[in-house]
Amino acid sequence: MFEIEVDGRKVQANEGETVLTALRRDGVQVPTLCHMEGLPPSGACRMCVVEAEGMPALVPSCSYPVAPGMKLKTRSPKVLAARRTVLELLMANHPDDCLYCSRSGKCDLQKLSQELGVSQRRFQGGRSRQDSDVSSPSIIRDPEKCVLCGKCVRVCEEIQGVSAIDFVGRGSRSHVGTAFDQGMNVSSCVNCGQCILVCPTGALAERSYVDRVIAALSDPTKTVVVQHAPAVSVTLAEEFGVKPGTDVDGRMVAALRRVGFKKVFDTSFTADLTIMEEGSELVHRVKTGGALPMLTSCSPGWIKFIEQFYPELLPNVSTCKSPQQMMGALIKTFWAGREKLDPANIVSVSIMPCTAKKFECGREEMGRGGVADVDYVLTTRELGQLLRIFGVDLASVEPEAADTPFGERTTAGKIFGASGGVMEAAVRTAHVLLTGEEMGDLKIQPLRGQKGIKELHAKFGELEVGAAVVSGLGNARKVLDEVRAGRKDLHFIEIMTCPGGCVGGGGQPIGTDPQKVRARMQALYQIDRDEPVRVSHKNQQVQRLYDEFLGKPLGEKSHHLLHTHYHKREVLV
Amino acid sequence: MGTATAETKKGAEGAEAIRAILEAHPGAGRDALIPILQEVQEQQGFLSKEAVVQIGRHLKLPASKIYGVATFYNQFRFQPKGKYHFMLCRGTACHVKGSQRLLASIVKLLSLQPGQTSRDRLFSLEVVACMGACGLAPVVSVNGEFYAKVTPRKLAEMIQECRQKELANASN
Ligand code: SF4
Ligand code: SF4
Ligand code: SF4
Repeated sequence: MFEIEVDGRKVQANEGETVLTALRRDGVQVPTLCHMEGLPPSGACRMCVVEAEGMPALVPSCSYPVAPGMKLKTRSPKVLAARRTVLELLMANHPDDCLYCSRSGKCDLQKLSQELGVSQRRFQGGRSRQDSDVSSPSIIRDPEKCVLCGKCVRVCEEIQGVSAIDFVGRGSRSHVGTAFDQGMNVSSCVNCGQCILVCPTGALAERSYVDRVIAALSDPTKTVVVQHAPAVSVTLAEEFGVKPGTDVDGRMVAALRRVGFKKVFDTSFTADLTIMEEGSELVHRVKTGGALPMLTSCSPGWIKFIEQFYPELLPNVSTCKSPQQMMGALIKTFWAGREKLDPANIVSVSIMPCTAKKFECGREEMGRGGVADVDYVLTTRELGQLLRIFGVDLASVEPEAADTPFGERTTAGKIFGASGGVMEAAVRTAHVLLTGEEMGDLKIQPLRGQKGIKELHAKFGELEVGAAVVSGLGNARKVLDEVRAGRKDLHFIEIMTCPGGCVGGGGQPIGTDPQKVRARMQALYQIDRDEPVRVSHKNQQVQRLYDEFLGKPLGEKSHHLLHTHYHKREVLV
Repeated sequence: MGTATAETKKGAEGAEAIRAILEAHPGAGRDALIPILQEVQEQQGFLSKEAVVQIGRHLKLPASKIYGVATFYNQFRFQPKGKYHFMLCRGTACHVKGSQRLLASIVKLLSLQPGQTSRDRLFSLEVVACMGACGLAPVVSVNGEFYAKVTPRKLAEMIQECRQKELANASN
């Protein structure tokens, strides 16, 4: 700890930290466009410059280390003029599209322009016309709105280990693109949407299916039903300015009914079902010498990742479809039959925290006879949009319960929304399958929290079990490389594409950061603490479904509807 | 069918040649990327998708990164050269002598952007920083043969000449 001087005030700073860190702790708001918490600074945007006494030029605070006795000016005319010029230059070839832009109101560029008081266009740059890339089922890229901050490139490479995109070209032609400037749909992009979350502008957005859903809702020949993922009820409120970690499950169900969905189902139901199937699959693999460690299959970004980068480990992936797709399959078979509806006239919509789910629902494995099991996927953000368009006030509707037969859930299914939740739910049920007894304490602390790699080694009766929980595909690479190199102590690995799991998903509200992810996780674990039924095998409706329709876990029907196989995928990696 | 087999054979030979180049750089890292790209382009005439993936595997670099680096430099092309390969100099001397105008007209005449090859593989266009023939500015070369003090009009004639040669070949 030592002192530095900031605008004439004494401020404490820590050895080794950057000027930006010290300033922000002290409550000085320093504008940045390229800074990413937790990653080394890149110093690309130059918005964060300050004056340091004795230095000939302004210094970028994001990458400049503090030193004892240093004297800084953060709001001198020189600093303010430089920041404003940087911003104005960035805006010189930016379209004036705020009125039509999906990011408007949440855009860092727009916000900075207001905060720094830019009121007119000073530089008239030659606007480069570039086509949007609309090839992907999940991600839309509009290069004209890109300020080349590099955050998407970094998250894709450094957090996700995918590197689907990079800087291409040079000078005024430089842009962010895929290898050979191909469409995102044929690139190695796994559709995770993490790049959308870090983008400061509207250059990246999800492909929206809001209009299609609205059209389906007003088509009298269609029965439109909806499912919502475990992580959505604890994040939707943020779309309406409510503080992170607020659960609005019942209100959301009521709001979805007001919008016009005939039935509202809870994907946590099929999360419980997944535990029955996947738990049985794990026990089967352990007993029969199947491929271990078994890898989870709920997260579609991760599935595309392993198809591209580790195809030799595909036999280790659980054959279970994701909870979204299990629900979709049940809706278009069991439920359609029960309601005497033609599956082709059911429109099955799902609300997901995820952009990769949009890709997943269109996979050829996910339907039968040309009818998809899930027709449209809306992200949490798009649901916010839909509620706004329909004028449904989430705050004033009375909470309602989801519909039978796929509305009941246990808290084990609900915690699927946090990294570690699938594993915790699976361990709770596997314990019973392997030992015949319930666990004494259901809370498994080592599987909780925001660490990218978590491990659990425990004894189940005779059996030593090793489990790992991974979130963020860059972390998945680390663990998979160990497995490939012969690591043998792991039986089961949960892998989620997004850091922190679905609560940090690429379809979650703009502004997602580690603190918010933490609050959302806590909201899920609060539900787990408060409710009585906390193990998937005690979901009564799941049991009924087995009695009336499926038979038994891994049975004939399950095999056809709830399981699938994935294959090596050729893309430019 | 015959063409497909020929293509496959060519692909396999290409991969083999690239393998030989990569083997000459054992244990190479990122810093070997540019020389390897140059050698591969020298050998193959351009950088194909297959080549980039193969190089990436050797250097443990993603294809997007290699493409990004390669597009930073003017020297790399991603399509095979055309039968008539036009190189246009954009060095200082040529610039002063009007190469900007030449570039605009050749882009129009050939309907090609720098780095591209026409669909019929007849023409390709490349822009270079300096050909070292500043006394002849502005310079254009076709398949290595230099043309001095080129004007847009002369350029049109040069292209016309190539087309006529092709027509004559075709009727023979
Ligand atoms: S990206 Fe931001 S500044 Fe640009 S048009 Fe959209 S809202 Fe406006
Ligand atoms: S969606 Fe994910 S994989 Fe695709 S470009 Fe964005 S960060 Fe990379
Ligand atoms: S697309 Fe967005 S995140 Fe990526 S470089 Fe452009 S502005 Fe930055």
